[in-house]
Amino acid sequence: MAVFRIELPIENRGVLKEMRVGDTVYITGTVVTLRDLGHRRAVEMLKRGEKLPVDLRGLAVFHAGPIVRRVGEEWKIVSIGPTTSARMDIYVYDLVKLSGVALIVGKGGMGVNARRACREFGAVYVELVGGTAPLITKAIRGVEAVYWLDLGVPEAMWVLRVENLGPAIVTIDTEGRDLHEEVMSRAYEVVKSLV
Amino acid sequence: MSIELENIVQKAILEAIETAVTRVPRDVWNALNNAYQREQCERAKEVLRTMIESVRVAAKERIPLCQDTGLPVFYIEIGEQFPIKRRVLEIVKSCVRKATELGILRPNAVDPVTNRNSGDNTGRYVPITEVSIVDGDRLRVTYIPKGGGSEYVSRLYMVSPTRGFEELVKRVLEAVVDAGPKPCPPTIVAVGIGGTADIAEKVSRRLFVERRVGERHRDSRVGELEVKLLEKINSLGIGPAGLGGSVTALDLWIDYGYRHPATFAIAITFSCWALRRASIEVDRYGHIYRDPLDFWEPP
Ligand code: SF4
Repeated sequence: MAVFRIELPIENRGVLKEMRVGDTVYITGTVVTLRDLGHRRAVEMLKRGEKLPVDLRGLAVFHAGPIVRRVGEEWKIVSIGPTTSARMDIYVYDLVKLSGVALIVGKGGMGVNARRACREFGAVYVELVGGTAPLITKAIRGVEAVYWLDLGVPEAMWVLRVENLGPAIVTIDTEGRDLHEEVMSRAYEVVKSLV
Repeated sequence: MSIELENIVQKAILEAIETAVTRVPRDVWNALNNAYQREQCERAKEVLRTMIESVRVAAKERIPLCQDTGLPVFYIEIGEQFPIKRRVLEIVKSCVRKATELGILRPNAVDPVTNRNSGDNTGRYVPITEVSIVDGDRLRVTYIPKGGGSEYVSRLYMVSPTRGFEELVKRVLEAVVDAGPKPCPPTIVAVGIGGTADIAEKVSRRLFVERRVGERHRDSRVGELEVKLLEKINSLGIGPAGLGGSVTALDLWIDYGYRHPATFAIAITFSCWALRRASIEVDRYGHIYRDPLDFWEPP
């Protein structure tokens, strides 16, 4: 299992093609949080040909809603960690296609749309471990900007600077291979033999 | 005295909330470390190592182990001779508000009709409380939040009573694969049997308060089934975080209430690996007793 250290925005997308399911990634640079409502808004805007508040090309989208604290003029991330990515599968194809995002960061796996998006547009889906917010929060170096606060704090678009965010495990690669799908189809076979 | 006692109870409950969300109980910690020793798959080992490290950092820096601090759930036992019985539920509610204000809890209570988040973790039926009156002069409060990822995969079945236990084995295994990575494995699976659906649920959920990892049901027939079913779950290969491996569940518990001749209700509830729980007691004089398995500092 290879270990990758990548910087965002990514300059050479070729490195994404080298990543295989099961590999580990550490991320430095800019990541942008989007959850359910954020995805919906982003995809609607992109489809109308409008620009998003941040250009996602070569960046990472992070499925997360943080706990934040306002300190004077600044925002401080108190706690952040991945939320279940499967809910975002219905938006991911359009998002990757229209925004050029390079990495999707979440947990729990995605679905058929993510596999198609990763294969067609050379993106990669990686997972952080649920329940490890203390480690993830340590990797956050600062809040660069926040948009769409009208959606509420967890659903807003938080533009974050991160350093060595990881270990993130590749579970969908640019060939569209899906680690969860492989693990779960074996598990279903075992269950069939047991009941 | 009663105002003083109220303040002590409030402090104790706040301490329980903060302690619960910033670590796992010691029995769960031991189970995670055993799982790490046992696990053969390198990737799964790395996932477990990350979880263990996360518990250490959360406890040391007193920050929530998971950003989803769940819906607030309390099991409350009020001693017959405990003085401020009528005030307890109000105090619990105020503690939840306070903990949210302090940033210990993420606001998670949402009105299903308007989709508005109340912002303070209270609302209709929230916090969730189960109250019982017991002998003695103590108040015992167990705080055990329930995260969304693990609740999403809960199951309830009404099965044919003549095939109750066969169905139970089948339904549990199916629930575990259908849940897959969603409840953040390695999970703890709690199975409740009852005559009515609500009792099956209640029995299942109480297990997270009553049982400790590795502890078997006092009826050895049920205990043996627990062991067998756990082995089956851990042969599925789902593994930590659902990324493959041999530790899919840290434990599996079963308990039951009597059923009706025509019913056999099975409730299946999951806890993620990050089981958070703290039990604290206050007696009539204001002395505080902490459950040593819950109140502890990881090495
Ligand atoms: S299921 Fe996962 S994300 Fe949800 S509370 Fe548990 S550890 Fe956190």
